[in-house]
Amino acid sequence: MEHPYLFFVKFFELIGLGHFAHSYPHVIYSWVVMIILIVLSAIATKGITMIPTKGQNVLEMIISGLEEFMVSVTGEQGRWLLPLAATVFLYVATCNLIGLIPGCYPPTASLNTTLSCALPVVIFTHIIGLKFHGVKYIKHFLGPVWWMIPIIFPIEVISHLARILSLTFRLFGNIMGHELVLGILMGLAGLFFAPLPIMALGIFVCFVQAFVFFLLSIMYFSGAMEHAH
Amino acid sequence: MGEQVLGVQALQFFIASVTAAGFGIAIAAFGCGIAQGIACRSAVEGIARNPESSGKVTVTMIIGLALMESLCIYTLVVALILIYAHPQASAIAALFGAG
Repeated sequence: MEHPYLFFVKFFELIGLGHFAHSYPHVIYSWVVMIILIVLSAIATKGITMIPTKGQNVLEMIISGLEEFMVSVTGEQGRWLLPLAATVFLYVATCNLIGLIPGCYPPTASLNTTLSCALPVVIFTHIIGLKFHGVKYIKHFLGPVWWMIPIIFPIEVISHLARILSLTFRLFGNIMGHELVLGILMGLAGLFFAPLPIMALGIFVCFVQAFVFFLLSIMYFSGAMEHAH
Repeated sequence: MGEQVLGVQALQFFIASVTAAGFGIAIAAFGCGIAQGIACRSAVEGIARNPESSGKVTVTMIIGLALMESLCIYTLVVALILIYAHPQASAIAALFGAG
């Protein structure tokens, strides 16, 4: 597989940090995503007015859509989770979409980025559980009857650890698989625009995977907040 | 002479890994296709029965499809590991070099 040509890696080569840039393209592109999100939000919220226009309108549509969907899943008690959940959604969606631009590498095609998105979500689940229930949070892991605890407790612990793995590998596998298919098709028939249908599917996959990550995060949060069965 | 035998065995191990990867992803895609087809059938029947609920049914169907797809993706990751990032890759390559 030929070495990919990445714009920002070349830019870092010009500065002189070429070795760092070649080994860690996902770090550089996650910086690019952060800068894009911050700059777009700053431009859109520069003159906030009561009757929104243009950029503020678009951002309000996105955020209010996310908020209403989140409240419909978690109930009113989950409204305070919007900053974390919406950040996860916007960050993952932008990271995925950057991969569709030729010459850019999606940060989520690397296990490090997806693990870094999944770990805070799962750890925050436990923090929410401890904050809402205190020590009685352990009842979430113990099951309905007391004599099944030796069976149910390890299964619950393993399923919580498996949440990290599943969130990580679902996102990584989808985006990495997409990049691999694009690379192979480019090698096979790049001149005949063979990768184009895969890129069209890729737009859909990027949004759906960000949405699934967001939905699973808020479902885990609401499961930690509610009372144990 | 012993090194040549080791090289042949290393090649056979590699061939077995790659074959396993091919069959693994094929079986996973087969199961995933059937399962997603059942989900789509129920979604389409629900919409046909009650066209007003088409928005909610579609969103639920997409979420279910993505979760089923992720099971196939886990198999894809294992297949890619077997082909490209095998844990014993350096040991096998050394045996190739000797054989």
